[in-house]
Amino acid sequence: MELIEGRVWCVGDNVDTDQIIAGKYLTIIDPNVLKTHMLEALVPEFPKEARAGDILVAGDNFGCGSSREHAPAAFKAAGLGAVVANSFARIFFRNAINVGLPAIEVPGVRALFEQGQTARLSLREGSVQNVTAGTSLPFHPLPSHLMEILEAGGLVEKVRRELERSTTA
Amino acid sequence: MSGQTLAQKVLARASGEADPQVGQIVYGQVDLAMAHEQGAQAILPFHQMGAKKVWDRDRVVIAIDHWVPASTEGAASLHRMLRTFAKEVDLPHFYDVGNHGICHQVLAEDGWVVPGDLAVGTDSHTNMLGAMGAMAVGIGPTEFAAVLALGKIWLKVPPTLKVNVKGHLGKGVYAKDIVLKALSQVHVDGARYKAVEYHGSTISGLSMSERFTICNMTTEMGAKAGMTLPDTKTFDYLKSTAKHAMHPLLPDTDATYEKEYDIDVNGMEPQVACPHSPDNVRGISEVAAEHVKVDQAFLGSCTNARMDDIREAAEIFRGHRVAPGVRFIVSPASTRIYQQCLKEGLIELFTSGGAVFTNASCSACFGGNMGILDPAEACVSSSNRNFPGRMGPKDARIYLTSPATVAYSAIRGEIADPREAL
Ligand code: SF4
Repeated sequence: MELIEGRVWCVGDNVDTDQIIAGKYLTIIDPNVLKTHMLEALVPEFPKEARAGDILVAGDNFGCGSSREHAPAAFKAAGLGAVVANSFARIFFRNAINVGLPAIEVPGVRALFEQGQTARLSLREGSVQNVTAGTSLPFHPLPSHLMEILEAGGLVEKVRRELERSTTA
Repeated sequence: MSGQTLAQKVLARASGEADPQVGQIVYGQVDLAMAHEQGAQAILPFHQMGAKKVWDRDRVVIAIDHWVPASTEGAASLHRMLRTFAKEVDLPHFYDVGNHGICHQVLAEDGWVVPGDLAVGTDSHTNMLGAMGAMAVGIGPTEFAAVLALGKIWLKVPPTLKVNVKGHLGKGVYAKDIVLKALSQVHVDGARYKAVEYHGSTISGLSMSERFTICNMTTEMGAKAGMTLPDTKTFDYLKSTAKHAMHPLLPDTDATYEKEYDIDVNGMEPQVACPHSPDNVRGISEVAAEHVKVDQAFLGSCTNARMDDIREAAEIFRGHRVAPGVRFIVSPASTRIYQQCLKEGLIELFTSGGAVFTNASCSACFGGNMGILDPAEACVSSSNRNFPGRMGPKDARIYLTSPATVAYSAIRGEIADPREAL
């Protein structure tokens, strides 16, 4: 979880949840099916060509729109290493952390990358590097509370441990 | 200790922290948790967490609304999963088919959220309930599972924007036009991670229904919460329905706001959010001059499908017919509203003029059930979102307006100024 490196996919500003997983797919809850539709309206080749470990780099307000967890759940099932954006919409951000997908806000990051380059993220240190171009940007590391959720692999495991502690205590 | 905003007051009460600072993470005790169909995705995580029971069965409401009655096999199975789960963990407050309505509307009608509450729901427009003087925030299903298990949620104390609204609304201009105007200033990400408080004489003059409209669309600003201050209208509205004790809170007069916006509605014309963003707002005269043809008109959604909305539209529609080639869909926000429309003869009024009057549900609002558009079509809608793909294909164009503008545009076949009909 500390170091994440992968191939970059770029998208623009205000990519909303309808573009990540369209309304017609909302009755699907299996993330492995959802991942075959992720971002398809915007980047048709993405569901087929995205590989485990790839990193999505977005502009402002990524994930705005609805509260659907389908969006980050699909990315997580596809094995994306992280989503990095200039900024996130708040429910997308919470949902991503809760399903164990690193969502990292780095102002200005979209301009740092071009499609297909390689990114390296150090979560604790708070830096994102463009390995291809040799450039980098710092960011505020996630608060320790959120790192704990990510390190547990998501909120489910974190709450499970909490409940277990409270019943054995 | 400097003054607190309403969000700080609510989070102080919910967390027991005397003076929560902006940016601080607090654990709040939840007063009410709501789920619609998305709640089905909370069932697996709830079990995986090892949870055995729900923290408080009288603080949880399930209201199915997106596909009612189920229109796909997928929806049918979500509904069934929720019914089974509700039995298994003993959740008695379930708004099922026959007693259904849009989740936020049934929460409002039945007094589930009261002043001072911290409420959460698995829908981004949960913000609507902020009109009770509460903090109501949208969350995802995994998080809903955690709330079911623990009754608590972590929240970052948000900075607050203050929107001051003054002036008198002219004829044909409504709460929807106020919030569209506010969106044109705050924009779709201007309130990200923030709370928005609405102040001013215009807001205190609004009915509860109109305040719901305004707080509802605060979601389109990216906000965590939209709030109006509780007053006698709030207390009267909840007098006979409040499900738990009210604990009204007000922001301090010396509270710190991150930014203030001033809106003067004197002389303001009806507003239109043009494709493909809710903040792409223009005055009706400019849009009408372009003769934008519409294929569909939708009067519905949690934003604008209450009695006042439907009556305003009916007043314009009475004695007219839908323009040739236009489909006009009217979908009340709850079964109670549906029944009231029936009593007042409004179902007959709309259907005899060529409109489709559906049962209460989200209907055409979200592009997953009915009223879906063709890519070449345009829709004028009283709902809240017009992002690409919201009503189906990404090229279809959606124009967001007040219910009155929707009704008049349905008659005219193009986006038109409802003041011509009043
Ligand atoms: S009416 Fe529309 S915005 Fe409201 S809850 Fe239903 S789908 Fe969401």
